[in-house]
Amino acid sequence: MLDFFKKGLQKTREALKNRMEDLFVKREITEEFYEELEEILISADVGVETTLKVNAALREKISKGKVKEAEKARILLKELIAEMMGSNEDITLKVPVSSPAVYLLLGVNGVGKTTTAAKMAYSFSQEGKKVLLAAGDTFRAAAIEQLEHWSEAVGAGLIKHQTGGDPSAVIFDAVNAAVSRKVDILLCDTAGRLHTKKNLVEEVKKIYRVIGKVIPDAPHETLLVLDATTGQNGIAQALLFQEAIPLSGIILTKLDGTARGGIVIAIKEMTGLPVKMIGVGEKKEDLHPFDPAGFAEALLV
Amino acid sequence: MDLALREVRLALLEADVNYKVVKEFVTSLKERAIGAEVLQSLTPGQQVVKIVHEELVKLMGETQSKIVSPERGRSPGAIMLVGLQGSGKTTTAAKLSVYLKKNGSNPLLVAGDVYRPAAIDQLKILGKEAGIPVFSMGKDDPVKIARQALREADQKGNDYLLIDTAGRLHIDEELMGELERIKENVDPLEILLVVDAMTGQDAVNVARSFHERLQLTGIILTKLDGDTRGGAALSVRQVTGCPVKFAAFGEKIEAFEPFFPERMASRILGMGDVLSLIEKAQEVVDQEKSRELEKKLRSQSLTLEDFLDQLQQVKKMGPLENILEMIPGINTMGKGLKNLSLDEKQLDRVEAIIKSMTRDERQQPEIINSSRKRRIALGSGTSVQDINRLLKQFDQMKKMFKQLGALEKGRLRKQKGLFPFK
Repeated sequence: MLDFFKKGLQKTREALKNRMEDLFVKREITEEFYEELEEILISADVGVETTLKVNAALREKISKGKVKEAEKARILLKELIAEMMGSNEDITLKVPVSSPAVYLLLGVNGVGKTTTAAKMAYSFSQEGKKVLLAAGDTFRAAAIEQLEHWSEAVGAGLIKHQTGGDPSAVIFDAVNAAVSRKVDILLCDTAGRLHTKKNLVEEVKKIYRVIGKVIPDAPHETLLVLDATTGQNGIAQALLFQEAIPLSGIILTKLDGTARGGIVIAIKEMTGLPVKMIGVGEKKEDLHPFDPAGFAEALLV
Repeated sequence: MDLALREVRLALLEADVNYKVVKEFVTSLKERAIGAEVLQSLTPGQQVVKIVHEELVKLMGETQSKIVSPERGRSPGAIMLVGLQGSGKTTTAAKLSVYLKKNGSNPLLVAGDVYRPAAIDQLKILGKEAGIPVFSMGKDDPVKIARQALREADQKGNDYLLIDTAGRLHIDEELMGELERIKENVDPLEILLVVDAMTGQDAVNVARSFHERLQLTGIILTKLDGDTRGGAALSVRQVTGCPVKFAAFGEKIEAFEPFFPERMASRILGMGDVLSLIEKAQEVVDQEKSRELEKKLRSQSLTLEDFLDQLQQVKKMGPLENILEMIPGINTMGKGLKNLSLDEKQLDRVEAIIKSMTRDERQQPEIINSSRKRRIALGSGTSVQDINRLLKQFDQMKKMFKQLGALEKGRLRKQKGLFPFK
C-alpha cells in the first residue's frame, strides 16, 4: 500500500522534500527542530493539540533513547505515529460468524460515500464474495442512479426505492434481501448529512436500529467516511456521529490529492476510532486497506 | 499581549486557517497592536480582539463582491464553476442559477460533468425543480459541450451560462488542461472556485493551483451550515487575492447568499453570526403581518389560518437548525438546546393538516367534529390522532398566549412548551 500512498502524495512530497531533508538529514536536534516539526504536522491537519502531544511524546522518546541525530528522530516519529494509528486487529473489517456481514457507511456531504460503497463492492466481488448494495441515499438528486451505475459496473446486486423515500425502509428491505439471497456482504450507502443536523442524525440512528432488528449483531461495521482534505471539523464529525451511533472505524478518502489527512490522528487520539481503509482515486480499484506505517511514512516523507 | 496573540494564533489554527497565513497574520498584528493607541474602555485582551477582527475583515475583503454583468448587446456571459470532488459544484450551480433568476436574469445551466456517474441527471433534476433550463449533450467532450451551450444560450437569449464542471484534483494535469480549454472556448466572465468550508490546511494548495492555471475571479464557500469555523476562506482569499462572492449553507436550493466578509471574520474567530440572523428574519417575516398577529394574539382571536401563516414564514427562513445556529453561543450551550427537537417533517404535517381544512374550519376549529376530522385526515395523509393532537396543541397555545397576556400584568405561571408542536 505504501506505493499508493507514495504515488498519491508525490506532488506534496516533491514540494516538501527539501524541507524534510533539511529537517531530518544531518542535523542535530534543537528547539528549532521541534518547531519545524510542529509546522509540518499542523500543515498536515493534525491540529494544534495533537501536534503538541506528538511532539511531547517524541521528546520523551528522544531523551530516553539518547538520540542525537535528526535522522533517527524521524524513524522514532514514524513509529510513534504508526503506533498511534493502531494495530492490525484494529484496522481489519469485522466479519460475523454467519453471513451476511452488514457494513453501514455514513458521513457529511461530498466525502465520497457512494463511490466508496462501489469500490468496496468491487473489491469484495473480486474476492469471490456475493455482494449487495443498498441505495440508502434517497435524498440527493440522482444519487440512486449513481449507485445503480456502479452496481452494474462492479457486478453487485442493488436494492433501491424511489428518491424521496424513507431511507430506513430501503435499508430494511436490503437487509432482508441480503438474508434471503444469502449474500456474503451488504453495503449500505446513506445520504450525506452534517453531524449538526439533528433530524438527519436521528434518521441515521433509525437506520442503525432497523438493521439491528433484522440481524441482532449488525451492522458489523459502521464506518465514517471522511475526506482527507477535511480540517479540524473532522473531530466534531467523529464526536457527534459517535454520540448518535457506535462507530467502528473510518474510511479516509481522496488521499490522492495533496492533503495528507492528518486529522485522523487527532480523531484517533480523541475517540479511538481507527482508520480501516483509504480511497486514492475515482476508479473502482482505488480503495485499499489502511496501513499505519505507510500512512506515517507518507505524512513525513 | 503575547498571551493574547498566542490565543489568536491558536484560534486561527483551530479554525483551519493555513499555518503560513496565520504566521504572517500574527506578525503583522503584533506590529499594529504595539503601535495602536489604547482605548480606556477595553481590556488589553479585548483590544487585541478588536484589532484582530478589523484586520481579518480587511483580509477577507471589506466589501461584498457581485457577479460581473454581461455587456449589453454581446453574447451571453459564461460562468465556470470549478473545484475538487465533493465540494458541491453541481448543487451550487443550481443555487447560483436561482439567485441570478431572482435578480432578473435568464440563466442556462450546462451539464459539463461527464465523468461522475449520474452527475448530468442530478443537474437536470435540480434544474427542473428550480425552473431553470439545462443544456446537456450526454457524455461528450466537455469543451465541445461548453461551446455548443454558448451557441444555444445566444440563440435562446439567455444572459448567463452556468457551466458545471467535473470535480478534479488540482494536480491532475489532464483534467486541469481540459478546464483551460473550456476557458479558451467560452471566454468566461467569471471562473469561480467552489470550496468546502470544512477544508483544512490543503486549501492553499488547491486554490493556488486552480488560480495559477485558470486565473480565478472569485470563490464560493459551501457547507457553511455545519459547525465548521471556515478558516479555509481566509487561506483561499489570501493565496488567490480573489474575493469570496457567495456562501452556501444547506441542501435547499435557497440556502445561498452573498458573502459578507465581516461575518466570516467573526465566525472564524468564533463570534456568532447575529447579523445574518437579524437580516434573515427581517427579510422574510412580513412586518405588517406580524403586527396583525400580535393584535390577534392579544385579543384571543387567533385562528388556524394565522397559525398556518406563521408556520410558512418560519419555513421561509430556511432549516430551523440554521436559524438557531446563527445565534451566538448556541453551539456552546450544550445539550439543553441541542436536544430542542426541530422536526421539519412535523411542520410539514401540520401544514398539510391545516391546508386540508375548509375556511370555516380554520377560523372556528370548534366546529371540527369526528366526521370532519376523518375527512381532514384523509385529505392530508395523516391520522385522526394527528388532527386531535394539533387541535389540542393549538388550544394550548391559545391558552398560553392568554397567560402571556396575564404575565405581563405580573402574574407568572409555569408553561409547558413554547411551540404547539413537540
